[in-house]
Amino acid sequence: MQIYTIAGAAGILLTTMSMTHAEPLIYGFQAERLEYRNGDNDENVFVWDFDVVAGTDELKFVWRSEGEVVEGSGEFEGLENQLRLQFPISTFFDAVVGVQASTPDDLPDRYNAVLGLKGLAPGFLEIDADFYLSDHSFFRFEAEYEGLITNRLILIPSIELVVPLQDDLAYDQAAGGATVEAGLRLSYDLVGRAFSPYIGVNYEKSFGGTADLIQASGEKNGVTSIVFGTRMMF
Amino acid sequence: MRFFNAKFLARSDTALSTSEDLLGSLSRRQFGLTAAAALAVPTALQAHQAPKISSKGTYDITVDRVRMNIGNVRRRGVGYNNSSVPTILRFKEGEEVTINVTNNLNETTSIHWHGLILPFRQDGVPGISFNGIAPGETFTYRFPITQAGTYWFHSHSGFQEPDGAYGAIVIEPRGGERVRANRDYVVQLADSHPHPGRKIMRNLKRMPDYYNRSQRTLQTLIKDSRQDSLQAALRERGMWGRMRMMPTDIEDVQGFTASINGLSTSQNWTGLFRPGEKVRLRIINASAMTYFDMRIPGLKMTVVQADGNDVKPIKVDELRVAVAETYDIIVQPRENKAYSIIAESVGRTGLVRGTLSPKEGLVGAVPALRPKPMLTMADMGGMMHGMGMGDHVMQNMADMDHSNMAGMDHSNMAGMDHSNMVQAGAGDPFYAEGSGLTPKAYNGGKFLSYSDLTASRPRYKHRAPSRTIELRLTGIMERYIWSINDIKFDDAEPIILNYGERVRIRFINETMMAHPMHLHGMWSLLDVGKGARNPIKHTVNVNPATTVDMDVEVDEPGQWAFHCHLSYHADAGMFRKVVVNGGPA
Repeated sequence: MQIYTIAGAAGILLTTMSMTHAEPLIYGFQAERLEYRNGDNDENVFVWDFDVVAGTDELKFVWRSEGEVVEGSGEFEGLENQLRLQFPISTFFDAVVGVQASTPDDLPDRYNAVLGLKGLAPGFLEIDADFYLSDHSFFRFEAEYEGLITNRLILIPSIELVVPLQDDLAYDQAAGGATVEAGLRLSYDLVGRAFSPYIGVNYEKSFGGTADLIQASGEKNGVTSIVFGTRMMF
Repeated sequence: MRFFNAKFLARSDTALSTSEDLLGSLSRRQFGLTAAAALAVPTALQAHQAPKISSKGTYDITVDRVRMNIGNVRRRGVGYNNSSVPTILRFKEGEEVTINVTNNLNETTSIHWHGLILPFRQDGVPGISFNGIAPGETFTYRFPITQAGTYWFHSHSGFQEPDGAYGAIVIEPRGGERVRANRDYVVQLADSHPHPGRKIMRNLKRMPDYYNRSQRTLQTLIKDSRQDSLQAALRERGMWGRMRMMPTDIEDVQGFTASINGLSTSQNWTGLFRPGEKVRLRIINASAMTYFDMRIPGLKMTVVQADGNDVKPIKVDELRVAVAETYDIIVQPRENKAYSIIAESVGRTGLVRGTLSPKEGLVGAVPALRPKPMLTMADMGGMMHGMGMGDHVMQNMADMDHSNMAGMDHSNMAGMDHSNMVQAGAGDPFYAEGSGLTPKAYNGGKFLSYSDLTASRPRYKHRAPSRTIELRLTGIMERYIWSINDIKFDDAEPIILNYGERVRIRFINETMMAHPMHLHGMWSLLDVGKGARNPIKHTVNVNPATTVDMDVEVDEPGQWAFHCHLSYHADAGMFRKVVVNGGPA
């Protein structure tokens, strides 16, 4: 339900923005991940992470959606939607402000304000660094590099770091207990850059108090997954 | 269709084809008319569309949705007179023309007469000269032809030009052609793309290297580290990486099919000749984004005109045609064989072969693409102060320069001799010294430089400019923002010129790309250090990290467009309105 509300709000915002700007609208859909994960914790999940963008050089509106659905049960292990406004603050970086809703199954909903940076760091590292602020604040850092083996065969190492700033016991998060996710994906630009299937591995592990909470709930900490999926850009 | 009548047919011998004009004047006397005509006419008829001529001096053009079928480009595009083959307009100096342009699209269109000197209301730039031509509407242009030479026309609306809306203009001088030739062909180059212009722009904005498939990879790293050392190769890449720049950033939009007169290599545009004849080729670069290096292996090309204005003839082996420029060349094929006309993109990602042939059906050889060039730190020189990078980076650059150049020398310009490179760098002041873009002729011979151009007949009395307007060409590649003085068109005030003054425009290119700058309505007197004999142009190429001056005699009132002629740079904001104050009402 919340997804629909968010999408509706996005639609309204897009319309107003396209009317108020003389320059042509920059818009599109970009999925960094659309994949099936076969984990060594006997759980297979379907994962997505996409952005829908619309705006101008000066202001972009982004609907970012990330989710994890467990195969079989169809349960949303994770479901996160963000509405983000993105505007340039330097040659290579944008500032981000927005709101985030985390609404997985069987867990309480969480709403955060988002404050962050997105851009290109020296060495062509694509960076997302965001504070999610509420009663259950956390910080998330993502970095990705596109290593060209050929001009179409691309090896993409990525790293994601989540640091809870406050305890959120329902979500198995302890303040300061970081969760690290590292990935290595080999993708091939099959149709332009529109459709780039990949295979890869993903490893996720939590530390500190978060690791303790995960162990206490009987789940495996340190999950390696084989992934296959596709990047998409329209 | 209503005007398609006897008048049209009666005039068709001057209006329809590429070569009949000359057959009618020169070769009629020099050669057997029938044989020459029989050879030349069929190809010419195939090769071009013509406007309908409803009465003397009145031309009808329709703007239509057309099916493009050029190499791997098979999609809907925009064309004139229902064709993706360019239309040629043939005018005579001194005539007054009326051109009825009917818009059959479902969006606004316009036609800009590139290089023509005319009243500004006739210049065809929506928002500056007029309101554009609404769907279904017929707009009548009416203006005197006050010049001669080779020009072209194209839509100035949206991305209709990259989608195919372009054609050629050939104006015969009062008193006939000054350069004697037996054959006369338009060679209009274009870079048609499988993606429509709007989509290309959207993709570039979201991912500036979307179309760059010439990037450095693990393979080139291995190759370079074998040439030098892994350490040197990595250090050099680290340098570019820290700047977040790519040395391969030469052609933003790759994946195009190059064409001559709307025909790809396999479709093989052919111009006929008889051995020993002089053939005039009117080269027009109507590309959206692509500079072409032109050669005809086995023939010297004598450049006789640049941007429609006669220049002192100069023999070259190869020449670079920036987007929107025109060059007229004379060649004299003496052997009874097919000669290839090769237009190879500067980034070496595409080429097109046409054929000069003694008879129909022959096909010239298609050479392999030469090694891809790479930008060097010399090409970055202009960015540094523009981006406010500190001494630290500059220092690093100085350190880097050597290894980078060495890397380039070995891996990317294989077979290129170092002494030549130094010579070329030093020899062409219109490239930054050590630039990776500095051209070199395919056979080691003469490559045309701007400094070789000398105006045959100055249009103006030479005088010093009263002031200089500095225009820094600026941009942020990572965001695909292009601007002048760091300000995009939408946010910029117009440039004010005063009627009657001579003003100097100084382009300072602070980006790593070449920009073909086009001032509408008034001539650009490109400063090559020849004073009154400086070449008279309408489009001035400014290479990375260089400064180029041009003088403008402000002799036309009104308001005009002034912009980079790379379609996606212009649209992104490297564009200005020029307002001329004063002058006759």
